[in-house]
Amino acid sequence: MPPTTVDAVGLEERAGVLSTRSIKKQAKIQGLRLAIACMDLTTLEGKDTTERVRQLCGKALRPDPDDPSLPSVAAVCVYPSFVRTAKAALAESPVKVAAVATYFPSGQTDLAVKLEDATAACQAGADEIDMVIDRGAFLAGRQREVADEIARVREATRPATLKVILETAELGTYDSIRRASWIAMESGADFIKTSTGKVQPAATLPVALVMLEAIRDFEYDGGRPVGLKVAGGVRTAKQALQYLVLVKETLGDEYLSPARFRIGASSLLNDVLMQLSKERSGAYQSEDYFTKD
Amino acid sequence: MAQRLSVRKTLKLFIGGSFVRSESGRTFACELAGQTVHAARATRKDARDAVRAARAAWAGWRERSAYNRGQIVYRLAEIMETRRDQFEQALGIAGASATAAQREVSASIDRIVWYAGWCDKIEQVLSTKNPVASPHFNVSSPEPTGVVAVVPPPAPALLALVSTCVPIVCSGNTVVVAASHEDPLATITFAEAVATADIPAGVINLLTGYAAEIAPTLAAHMDVNALDVWSSDGEFIEKLAELATDNLKRVRRHAAPREIFWSGAKAQGLDWIEPFVEIKTVWHPAGV
Amino acid sequence: MKRPKTRAKGKNVPAVTRVTLAPSDAASWQYAPAPETYDYFKIAPRYGLFIGGKWVAPKDGRRFPTLNPATEEVLTHVAEAGPADVDRAIKAARNAYERYWRRCSPQTRAKYLFRIARAITERSRELAVLESLNGGKPIRESRDVDIPLAAAHFFYYAGWADKLEWAFPNRHPEPLGVAGQIIPWNFPLLMAAWKIAPALACGNTVVLKPAETTPLTALWLAEIIEQADLPPGVVNVITGGGDTGAALVRHPDLDKVAFTGSTEVGKQIAIQCARLRRPVTLELGGKAANIIFEDAPMDQAVEGIINGIFFNQGHVCCAGSRLLVQESAIELVVDKLYRRIQSLRVGPPLDKNTDVGAINSKAQLAKIDELARSGEQAGRPRYQTECALPSRGYWFRPTFFTEVALSDRIAQEEIFGPVLSVMTFRTPDEAVEKANNTRYGLSAGIWTDKGSKNFKIAAQLRAGVVWGNTFNKFDPSSAFGGYKESGFGREGGIFGLLPYVKDRWRSA
Repeated sequence: MPPTTVDAVGLEERAGVLSTRSIKKQAKIQGLRLAIACMDLTTLEGKDTTERVRQLCGKALRPDPDDPSLPSVAAVCVYPSFVRTAKAALAESPVKVAAVATYFPSGQTDLAVKLEDATAACQAGADEIDMVIDRGAFLAGRQREVADEIARVREATRPATLKVILETAELGTYDSIRRASWIAMESGADFIKTSTGKVQPAATLPVALVMLEAIRDFEYDGGRPVGLKVAGGVRTAKQALQYLVLVKETLGDEYLSPARFRIGASSLLNDVLMQLSKERSGAYQSEDYFTKD
Repeated sequence: MAQRLSVRKTLKLFIGGSFVRSESGRTFACELAGQTVHAARATRKDARDAVRAARAAWAGWRERSAYNRGQIVYRLAEIMETRRDQFEQALGIAGASATAAQREVSASIDRIVWYAGWCDKIEQVLSTKNPVASPHFNVSSPEPTGVVAVVPPPAPALLALVSTCVPIVCSGNTVVVAASHEDPLATITFAEAVATADIPAGVINLLTGYAAEIAPTLAAHMDVNALDVWSSDGEFIEKLAELATDNLKRVRRHAAPREIFWSGAKAQGLDWIEPFVEIKTVWHPAGV
Repeated sequence: MKRPKTRAKGKNVPAVTRVTLAPSDAASWQYAPAPETYDYFKIAPRYGLFIGGKWVAPKDGRRFPTLNPATEEVLTHVAEAGPADVDRAIKAARNAYERYWRRCSPQTRAKYLFRIARAITERSRELAVLESLNGGKPIRESRDVDIPLAAAHFFYYAGWADKLEWAFPNRHPEPLGVAGQIIPWNFPLLMAAWKIAPALACGNTVVLKPAETTPLTALWLAEIIEQADLPPGVVNVITGGGDTGAALVRHPDLDKVAFTGSTEVGKQIAIQCARLRRPVTLELGGKAANIIFEDAPMDQAVEGIINGIFFNQGHVCCAGSRLLVQESAIELVVDKLYRRIQSLRVGPPLDKNTDVGAINSKAQLAKIDELARSGEQAGRPRYQTECALPSRGYWFRPTFFTEVALSDRIAQEEIFGPVLSVMTFRTPDEAVEKANNTRYGLSAGIWTDKGSKNFKIAAQLRAGVVWGNTFNKFDPSSAFGGYKESGFGREGGIFGLLPYVKDRWRSA
């Protein structure tokens, strides 16, 4: 693969055009269901408790008590300390438990501590690990170090699904995001993920697009198919549909599945449910009718 | 003591920096100071050769820095100043009074100096940076049109030649001139100044003969980009303008004004340069 | 036709089994039709000519149907202006020039133009729908490009109307008089704006003839101008075909001709104007080179190629119809291009998700088809978007040919449709040589991430507009126009005023 650069204006223009796709009627319903199925329902707060996580798992399993036909979400995403709680709450269900690890969100500690963090999460039963890259090392030009670290975490966490968080807002340019995506994919990532959600702006359409293009080239170049997870800032059903459009028109329909695409979010789910209700009834909805777990 | 027998000059064409006879070997006779002289009479093929020379010279000329073009044009003024006696004599032979000849030569030299100073300002005055409503850097600026054919009016032979050709070459064009048959001496004297003024070969090509014969060839030539024609013959202009449409030449056409016009302020200006530049707009995204 | 894969392909994507997903959700996700509705305005069964501020019937009563090229349905019947109508229109324009417009204060002219700009914005959705209905272009383009740019053009030139002395330092710009303006069918309203706005700003009055196949938005613009209370006759709109245009060009009482269209017709007009000593500006054909260097930002370059040739179905005079790819990158570019054109959405122009709409007319479709066949006959591999096309209307699949030689017809002739010719080059000098090796010189594109290369190549290309790392961008403040047989004169920016003021030598 010849190393290619990214033109920011062209990238943003393309993302802008795709964001104007008009998704109506059946396509909207189908898309919103897909968004739920691809969702990593997330709580990553200092004030998280086992009770809070248990409630979230209930919502993950049955997003809308009134509509049993809805799929459950793809995973719940929690701090390592809540993996056991979540695992128990989701037992026998297809919903996965994802844990953020490697000294999330900053990643600023020794590799040994990061490995310990990730291994512990796996031992607690996490199906998926959302690790952060060492942005400091990346920006300082120590890219091999970044790659090695991802590879070490990869080895330590098998067979868990590994999502590698680039924290794109800290990388500064689309060129860096593309380079970091490539490093993560070469080092064994199953998914590349935009953000921790702790730094703004988190996921944006152009950022997602440049990562999707990197995924496309990586696969084209003889690599594996790799998934994308957008996280942080995706709060509305409309945004979720825009990301689905991006995936569909960049990588094709086969990437429109939780195996290849995730949305990490917390408040998004209720907006999706409200939009689905609106599509059913034709009436605009009130938050009072949707559970805030 | 017997008077020394003078050496006479063969009046040749000036093509690609060389003085050449017409490929046809033809000449035309003209009366200069009671003497019959025979000047080279350019043909269609000479016109073709001149266009070829002008085209070959064009890339090098336009790629020189504007500062360098300015220096070279200024050098032409220097050369003409040192040879002004010769120019005055040439104009005198063709019938101008001593005062009129002096005045015309001075005006010609001063005009060249004026344009020498324009070379590196054309782009500044004719460029715009455009505030487009998208994240793009956007500039429009002039470039030379290419090879320009010039049909100057018969008189004033030197000043009109200078006034038409110099603004055209100072922006980076090259020219082929179908000079009037009335005063070949002024044209040839000018060619000699051009030849010694560091103007690269082929930038200015001067054809003597009958404009009526050569100009149509130039107007129809597919490798000529523009036409500047001055004539009191409306039909002639119309014919040339029509021939010029075949490759959509840029055409500036004028009825030949009275001679007094050429010494006036209106006979020089940015608007003598502008018809022979193309505005190019360049876009580029501005993003990180 | 399948693009043979020339590189190793990744493993197949494994089936999804881990999450409960209804089969309908897992299946491919198709966008539902999203048609733009237009129940808030009506198209009348017939239209007249807009002359002297009034709507009048053509003198000889002739009308012709105007179609929706996506369905072949007749939208309405418009008047065919004959010589008598042309004469009336020019008289009205002359009268308006002498009586109102040249006497009108520059600021008043400016305010009229601002009014028009605002009114276009107010009715932008309606105009966008009409443009797509009548011309076949996707509503996304008419909504996001044509109509906003048309409004912006009036807004831009409005501001010049009372500042002309600042545009021409040391000179005294004066209007020419009555301008006859003939516009093409590819950007009907936008081209009307490009023509009318600078002409009026400089104090001229105009007779505008829209293209035969796309008269509707010009008629709407006439209505907008009427409702803006412009003095009668300042703008006259006469519909018709080539005969109407020819009558306009050769009318004795015209001071200026401005034409956008084919080089063939442009040359005829140039001859007429040479005979009549009439100032003329021409914006004609092109065969633009889009040069892709191996160090280009490749994904954006591919988008640029797509936008360069498939924007407006390729009905763009500055379309990047000759793709010059550095040989070291040809496989990658062609593979990416092939994949990308499969995601182009070809279909009803009024669907908000349509990328490529209908071909403007049956005649144009035949021309495109004939040229594409010549590419096949020359043995050039042909690739196209594999999609279903509507059964009625004029359609052509986005297409590209590889291994094209410069001497091929598809590399020489302007196709004016969604057909791209792909060629290769080895060195920058060769790229420039091939790019300039054409009778045209309207536009060109350069894709490289190396700034110094971009500057150098841009300076060497003989084209009026050079897009570096972008393509098909337009702005009212930015000059547009061609070198060589692509015409002369500029539209847009300060330079767009020049064709509408008197030769400065005479007025200096």
